[in-house]
Amino acid sequence: MVAYVCAGCGLGDTLDLKQTEKVAQKEGKMQAVKRHDFLCSAEGVQMIQGDIDNDGVTHVMIAACSRRAKTEAFNFPGVAMSRANLREGVLWVVAEGGDHDEVRQEMADDYVRMSCAELKRMKVPAGNPDADTSKRILVVGGGVTGLTAAIEAAETGYDVVLVEKTAALGGWAAKLWKRVPFRQPYADPQPTGVAELIARVVGNSRITVHLNSTIAETAGAPGRFKIKVAQESGAITEETVGAIVQASGFNTYDMAKLPELGGGKPNVVDQAGLETLAVSANGGAIKRADGREVKSVVFVQCAGQRDEEGASGGVHLPYCSGHCCATSIKQAMYFKDANPEVDTVVMFTDLRVPGMAEDFYRSAQQKGVTFTKGKASKVESTDAGCQVHFRDLILDEDASIGADLVVLATGQVPNSGVNIELVEEAEGEKKGAPEAEAAVKPISILNLTYRQGKDLPQLKHGLNDSHFICFPYETRRTGIYAAGPVRRPMDMLQATDDATGATLKAVQAVENAAVGRAAHPRSGDLSYPIVRLEGCTQCKRCTVECPFGAIDEDEKRFPVFNQARCRRCGTCMGACPVRVISFENYSVDTVGMQIKAVDMPDEFSERPRILILACENDAYPALDMAGLSRTEYSAFVRVIPVRCLGSVNTIWVTDALNSGYDGVMMMGCKKGDDYQCHFVKGSELAHYRMSKTDDTLKQLGLEKERVMSFEVAITDSQKVAALINDYAAKIKEIGMSPLKGF
Amino acid sequence: MSESNKAANTVAAAAVARYRNNFLKEVEERVEDGDMVKMCMQCGVCAGSCPLGPHWEHSPQKIFMMIRAGKRDEVLSSDSMWMCTSCYNCIVRCPRQLPITHIMHGLAHYANRLGMVPKGQPTRDIAKLFWDNLLKTGRVNELKFSLAMYFKDGFVQGIKNALAMQGIGLSLMKAKRLSPMEIIGGHKCKDQSGIQKMIAKAREIEDRRRGALA
Repeated sequence: MVAYVCAGCGLGDTLDLKQTEKVAQKEGKMQAVKRHDFLCSAEGVQMIQGDIDNDGVTHVMIAACSRRAKTEAFNFPGVAMSRANLREGVLWVVAEGGDHDEVRQEMADDYVRMSCAELKRMKVPAGNPDADTSKRILVVGGGVTGLTAAIEAAETGYDVVLVEKTAALGGWAAKLWKRVPFRQPYADPQPTGVAELIARVVGNSRITVHLNSTIAETAGAPGRFKIKVAQESGAITEETVGAIVQASGFNTYDMAKLPELGGGKPNVVDQAGLETLAVSANGGAIKRADGREVKSVVFVQCAGQRDEEGASGGVHLPYCSGHCCATSIKQAMYFKDANPEVDTVVMFTDLRVPGMAEDFYRSAQQKGVTFTKGKASKVESTDAGCQVHFRDLILDEDASIGADLVVLATGQVPNSGVNIELVEEAEGEKKGAPEAEAAVKPISILNLTYRQGKDLPQLKHGLNDSHFICFPYETRRTGIYAAGPVRRPMDMLQATDDATGATLKAVQAVENAAVGRAAHPRSGDLSYPIVRLEGCTQCKRCTVECPFGAIDEDEKRFPVFNQARCRRCGTCMGACPVRVISFENYSVDTVGMQIKAVDMPDEFSERPRILILACENDAYPALDMAGLSRTEYSAFVRVIPVRCLGSVNTIWVTDALNSGYDGVMMMGCKKGDDYQCHFVKGSELAHYRMSKTDDTLKQLGLEKERVMSFEVAITDSQKVAALINDYAAKIKEIGMSPLKGF
Repeated sequence: MSESNKAANTVAAAAVARYRNNFLKEVEERVEDGDMVKMCMQCGVCAGSCPLGPHWEHSPQKIFMMIRAGKRDEVLSSDSMWMCTSCYNCIVRCPRQLPITHIMHGLAHYANRLGMVPKGQPTRDIAKLFWDNLLKTGRVNELKFSLAMYFKDGFVQGIKNALAMQGIGLSLMKAKRLSPMEIIGGHKCKDQSGIQKMIAKAREIEDRRRGALA
């Protein structure tokens, strides 16, 4: 156990490093303490590496810059390492000048004490012993997304098992006459290319295709998923795979739910229905079901979509499916290209053509497609066809238009399987509410044997994702990635991109699982949760609170940790009331001892101590950035980075208050619907747990302001300094903690 | 209005159905730059940019929508295109690069040819007086033009107008900008009948191109 103290970056000039070294030796009980003027230089790093190689050093304490800086220089695999943040955490944030020498030195010494205490409790992580090495990838769904995923994975060098429910590959795309263009000049519909894609998949020796098949059971974890593929005939094939791409696609919103727009009436079709007519026309004049040639057609956009909660809304899909405007433009061109004399009207409220489809829109205008800004209210059947009643939104008047055929742009409904949250609710109510049971009715896609439910958790509107922007594809089930319209409504081009992205994620998962490492977001982390089962009280909080469904239960109701499914956030560790869950290099002890290592001035010193538990993903970088921009904040704070606020065990807060801290600040990511927590539920759980500490505070005779939670984003470097200073002022106001010196 | 134009008008009007492309097609064929109307994406930037916006019956955005909606009579009898001052704000700002000012003039011209301009439309009246005046001699006769303007609403009003403008008239004469002798004949170009033939030919070509004689 050796401490290395850096004197570079002005640390040696401003701090009394002799004193710091003495602290590391005497109080930190380091076996040796070495100083270097420029520790991250090749020479400094060589000094440390030399000690590791020659003197058998296994534990390294570096007192220099933030743990987030110089990570490439200070990279010593195989040893335990802790870092005292003297640069960003002390030198750059404490006011300059001799007046502040004393508090600055106290802060630096405390950080060294804390790092030494942490280091003593750390072990070198050995990696998940339960790792298995299947690198095959299961693709669920044989539409464009699934086919692309399969071909991408196969061409990257991974074996693929492709399971398709129907008798043919191609999905919806195979039923299209043509697709929206994705190449220059974006002017005309293009061939779908699905037949070629299918041929590539079928002809690829790495890909095994199961048609007429569903997933009867999915068990295991990344690297060792055991899949039961059920044939229509009832035969079961077992497959072992390392990761799963769920591309179960979408269904169209049922027209029958839109009777006012003519759903179910003759001569009213949805976009899928029009594709069928176009395919049978085979490039010629498009005919209606009754065989009459269509001379005029009206496309009603947003039919049953963007129906937000309101006076009369909230009945249909609340979201925009994204592809329908471009699809209607494409379909209007089917008519115009066959016969320019056909009247084609696209009735829109907001025409949304993402990507390069703006050029496509212009092309349709050139071809004479009429775009009418209006909202359809009613579609009636007439002798000739249909009459569409609508509000013209530009001329602000009611109008109507006759047409031989009406096409409703109804949008996509994801095939996301069972909503596991509704299942929980239904079970909670003892199978009471009939609505809840009806909503549960959908058939499971994956049939997971996970304790947390059969399918992927849904983010909103039944879509399988965990965050549309920050972590696309990464569902809350490690090793299972959602791609295509099941994740977010989209068109073929986006689905192709999605498939590629999800496949890369699956590759990342199998490769990491094979060597027992975490996949993401703590990519490459070798630590994993270790549980002392003899102390477990079977309270089930870890199994319930794990955001990723990593923990099952055995027959005796003890938790069973699936390390390969774990993302190493430590939420289970924060949840455990008897504190039997820990990681080799991150545990209740490593943080607890840091809290206790701080030198606590007495009640009359007027030097309060504020503990900050900062999420290492956003809050800690924000603090570092405050340092980087030399934003000053109170020198009375002591910051401990945590993996996620969800890993904060309430014992730390209790310990901190008992050992005399005057206040505790918890800094985590934004929670709620637009959450930014890297572990989805961590900061939310932490806030919930902390809301329960008020009673504890009361028992201790403390003000409730002594423990407070804050949301800090990574960009909040200025805000975080202000939060600290405001809080320090508040602590000064309510006075020092009476619990010092016990 | 010529007989042929009248006939064309009747035929076109009969064929126009609401929210069909008929009127749009008519505009495309017969109105200057009318083929760009279909490229409007209804963003409304023109309507917001027009300095005379609040004083029009219909903004350009609405005019374009009305064309697509097949509102032939409303469009052609609108005062909107007559109110355009050719400031070109709309052309500069249109994200779809529609020559909106030109289309407005084209529509005004087309409405005039069809005789659908509302009676007493002042812009149209002054333009007509100017044009007739010019066509006679090939030169604008300022005196006759002014007098025609004064008396366009009757004799009594004409006298009143003339008296009101007396001072300005005398000053112009003093500055030799206006000659009372212009009342007899006035200055003219060398080949009057040549000019008139030229204009007649131009009109014939235009009619042919716009399909009015078809």
